[in-house]
Amino acid sequence: MTNYVKYPLKAIPISVQQSLKVVTAMPRKPIELPQIEYMSILDEDAVVDKALEPKIAEEELKNIYRYMLLARRTDERMLMMQRQGRLGTFPQSSGHEAISMGSCIHLKKSDWHVPAYRELAGLLYRGWSIDSTLLYWNGYEEGARPPEGVNDLPVCVPIASQLLHAAGIGMGMNLRGEKGVVMTYFGDGASSEGDTHEAMNFAAVYQAPVVFMCLNNQYAISVPLSKQMRNATLAQRAIAYGMPGIRVDGNDVLAVYVAAKEAVERARAGEGPTLIEGLTYRFTPHTTADDPKRYRSEEECNLWTKREPLNRFKKYLLNKGVYTEAQLTDLEEELDAEIKAAIARTEAAAVSEELSNPLAMFDYLYADMPPYLNEQREELKSHLDKQKAKAGKSPQHASGTAR
Amino acid sequence: MALMNMAKSINLALFEAMERDEKVIVMGEDVGPDEGVFRITEGLFHKFGEKRVLDTPLAESGIVGTAIGMAMYGMKPVCEIQFSGFDYYSFHQLECHASRFRNRTRGRLSVPMVMRAPYGGGIRALEHHSESREAIYAHTPGLKVVIPSGPRNARALLHSAIQDPDPVIYYEPKAIYRLFKEEVPEKMETLPIGQSNIVKEGKDLTIISYGASLRAALEAVELLEEEDGVKAELIDLLTIAPLDATLIVESIKKTGRAVIVHEGPRTCGLGAEVVARVNEAAFLYLEAPIRRVTGFDTPIPYFSKERFYLPDAERVVAACRETLSF
Repeated sequence: MTNYVKYPLKAIPISVQQSLKVVTAMPRKPIELPQIEYMSILDEDAVVDKALEPKIAEEELKNIYRYMLLARRTDERMLMMQRQGRLGTFPQSSGHEAISMGSCIHLKKSDWHVPAYRELAGLLYRGWSIDSTLLYWNGYEEGARPPEGVNDLPVCVPIASQLLHAAGIGMGMNLRGEKGVVMTYFGDGASSEGDTHEAMNFAAVYQAPVVFMCLNNQYAISVPLSKQMRNATLAQRAIAYGMPGIRVDGNDVLAVYVAAKEAVERARAGEGPTLIEGLTYRFTPHTTADDPKRYRSEEECNLWTKREPLNRFKKYLLNKGVYTEAQLTDLEEELDAEIKAAIARTEAAAVSEELSNPLAMFDYLYADMPPYLNEQREELKSHLDKQKAKAGKSPQHASGTAR
Repeated sequence: MALMNMAKSINLALFEAMERDEKVIVMGEDVGPDEGVFRITEGLFHKFGEKRVLDTPLAESGIVGTAIGMAMYGMKPVCEIQFSGFDYYSFHQLECHASRFRNRTRGRLSVPMVMRAPYGGGIRALEHHSESREAIYAHTPGLKVVIPSGPRNARALLHSAIQDPDPVIYYEPKAIYRLFKEEVPEKMETLPIGQSNIVKEGKDLTIISYGASLRAALEAVELLEEEDGVKAELIDLLTIAPLDATLIVESIKKTGRAVIVHEGPRTCGLGAEVVARVNEAAFLYLEAPIRRVTGFDTPIPYFSKERFYLPDAERVVAACRETLSF
């Protein structure tokens, strides 16, 4: 078993170790298991641990911050739009930017990015437009079409199911003898699904080059982590699968960066999968339809909101002289304009003939349209034509915009 | 009598069932202090505590699989799957086990459990939150599938489902959870599983529907009467498995024409089964082919276009007119 004690930080005792030692009937030897390390480099007051601080080029630091900030501001704007009835229900990504960007920054375009649904920062970094996010959460299939030039799967709503696809992609790389990395994401709630177990086991058995990034935000809607599992960490499950695992401060982009870099290097070198648990907090509701006051205290939420990842990283960059205050103000303005332009573009596109045509629902079900499905398409077309004739205008306009 | 919506009447049935039978427990994701994402388990955790209302880990197969175990152990689990779009994770447990234990143990063991799940479109929900795949369960021997269409029958059917000796899928049309209120009697009542209901009597045409689609069918019945002077008979299936076609057949013997309305995909949907039953029992009474107004054979589109997929009164009326003029 790989000994993953590269960062001699606070070790978390694992209960399985203790229980294995309680053997009385015969003289047995306890099984030595590696401990799970916890890594944090940049704390909530932006104090950096110099011994562990990674050397990151200035351009890369700027890139990480840019996409974390773009995701945060987009998420905030989306919340306003949702409250105004201009967007559907969506899960907010605020607070999860460090895990997303600290990990996917290590991917090449040819590597695979397999998200769950709180990795907006990573999606934007990988080349998904703000428009596609707005379209997806506003009920347009076009928002799930991955951009050209990268190997990305779209967001995945059925919990944990994407992890198996990630494992399969990694297995494919091995079977074909091709070098690549698959970075995939899931939450603490997802860790309870059978798919998670199967994906990690497959990846380990086939030594697939997969990095399993867990966004442990401590709640599965209302169910706290303590009711989701009895183990002290999610990372320790890696031991059982025979892969390295580590818990990092998921609000510390430097810690995520360091752990993910090593995992990606191992994967690329043919050394198999890794599990990285990023401990963070969902300081927003689960989705815009959720009310967290029903299941957790404001004190707890305030405590964790202070630990969020963006602010401490901003202070770090200012302290380091990567940015000046004036430059950050300019960046905010630049991103704000980018978001506003995307919203205007998307709202115009939503009522265009191309995106509002209901017949598009038949277009991509199969490579070739079966005759019977074509008959159904014609049936809907004729119904819409009759409606149009009756209303004297196009059915799309007759029934309002897509909101 | 009390006036209430369907969300409240389902909640009332759970409350009553738990009060009268301590074997009844509720389990699922967020059904405890959060009271369910649709608030169907409101007040239950507070009243009955954590030994009767289980907030489970996030695992649908786990929920249904352990419910099967509890049911065989002598309890009456009522599971909630948060959205029907996620009950495929647990389908294996239902198909391979819940539906079969009685049969494969020659009656020695049985699985008296209920799986509740909100299903169907019409609430502008995100992807995988609007499916209508009740036919999968209706196609699975050993399962019973009931679908209420309003507050009063929802409460009565849930009582019947909980009291049933076999596994029952109780699909809740989420679009009508809070759409309208109805008088619900003070006294607890049941409604036999396997029995459909004539919502409105008529002589010219039979419209068959269930769940949220019944609203579109009802609207169509009114439009046909107003605009065409047609008296349509409307049947609410309520139980889609085991399907009892007696009322349908009797009605068609009277009207000679029928249209079936449901939002699930057309191929191998309930409409196909109804047509087959009528062919077997009343072929010579038919004056026209039976028409199906259904969802199309595609996944339900994301919400910006779902209204084009879901049957509405206009599509039902058009199909009825074609059937009447055949």
